[in-house]
Amino acid sequence: MEAFNILIRGIFIDNMIFAYFLGMCSFLAVSKKVSTAFGLGMAVIFVLTITVPVNWLLQEFVLKEGALAWISPSFAEVDLTFLQFIMFIAVIASMVQLVEMVIEKFSPALYGSLGIFLPLIAVNCAILGASLFMVQRDYTILEATSYGFGSGVGWFLAIVALAAIREKLKYSDVPKGLRGLGITMLITGLMGLAFKSFIGIAL
Amino acid sequence: MSTETLEQPVVKEPAEPLLSKRRKKIMSDPLNDDNPITIQVLGICSALAVTVKMEPTFVMSVAVIFVIVFSNLIISIIRNLVPTRVRIIVQLAIIATLVTLVSEVLKAYYYDMYKVLGAFVGLIITNCIVMGRLEAFAMGNKPYDSVLDGLGSGFGYAWIILAVAFCRELFGSGSIFDIKIYEGLSNLTGGFVNIQTNGLMVDSIGAFMVLGILIWIQRTKTGYVEH
Repeated sequence: MEAFNILIRGIFIDNMIFAYFLGMCSFLAVSKKVSTAFGLGMAVIFVLTITVPVNWLLQEFVLKEGALAWISPSFAEVDLTFLQFIMFIAVIASMVQLVEMVIEKFSPALYGSLGIFLPLIAVNCAILGASLFMVQRDYTILEATSYGFGSGVGWFLAIVALAAIREKLKYSDVPKGLRGLGITMLITGLMGLAFKSFIGIAL
Repeated sequence: MSTETLEQPVVKEPAEPLLSKRRKKIMSDPLNDDNPITIQVLGICSALAVTVKMEPTFVMSVAVIFVIVFSNLIISIIRNLVPTRVRIIVQLAIIATLVTLVSEVLKAYYYDMYKVLGAFVGLIITNCIVMGRLEAFAMGNKPYDSVLDGLGSGFGYAWIILAVAFCRELFGSGSIFDIKIYEGLSNLTGGFVNIQTNGLMVDSIGAFMVLGILIWIQRTKTGYVEH
């Protein structure tokens, strides 16, 4: 039940974009067309759902203070927390490589349209951020998995919605200096305001 | 990348002055005309979340400047040794090491701030500015130029997020660097000037709005138009 609650919170309330500003770079850059945004969103959901539990296992059995005790009691004093960043980013980078190969094989069109932003998922803050938040909040593995999936879906929702708005925005007359990034920021702010209405939803 | 660097002229040029015109341009361009946040749209990810107050923002800027300058320097020194295929992993490893360093130093000497920044120190790793500068500049330029470029980009990033933090802290909490401006004004005028703080500014929405408007002003001044 708690895991389901975390899932819902991850999608609507603790939304990666609107509450924590994570993954903004690709959010702003790949949200010009709905189809591309859809593809990237799916890739992010996939990567998040895999990396968060994997990093949880890594944290629990390798990195945490005394985590290595399962090998031999003499390792109980070892604290490898300082390796956290490097290990997490290595897991994420290899996962992204995997996703890249899968997409290239099964959907060359999507592969072409995502372009540079596919490898850049590796440096998408939302992915690393989810892993770091998961450690900070002491989730169990089930909660961590549902958190990873939930924040992926939240990110997906946000980018698809923004892409849909921006497709319509092409027909409007935006002041020169505000075109592109500026107006997108303001729209994101307004969308965030709408998402605020979900606060207080709990199961 | 590596093939390009091989084509450097063999003839030795006269030494360039330490701050020649070209080098000054490398440093000053990212401050305004080619600002990493407002023009290149990089590094917005971890930038906005820490801008509720001036103090964490300041610490964050110092950390980012440190990481960007040193990663630029290191990558630029080893740029001819790294095979192009594995460069992303190498870059990430160097950035992650530097960020770990920053995080350990913060933990040791500035624990309160470490608590406030929390996961966002780690998120400097995925700050696109750092990665972007490594790819676009340090991989093809000499160490000293790369350091200058890092400094320029770092300060270009710093002044934007400090400006955002200034607006958000002033309007959202009525203070600057935790000095209570609104309260002081109210006391000074005997309660005549009594400004309410705006809760929206403390919220994430305020950050989007402030940055959006800042970009508008900045782009109108530099005359940069997208598409």
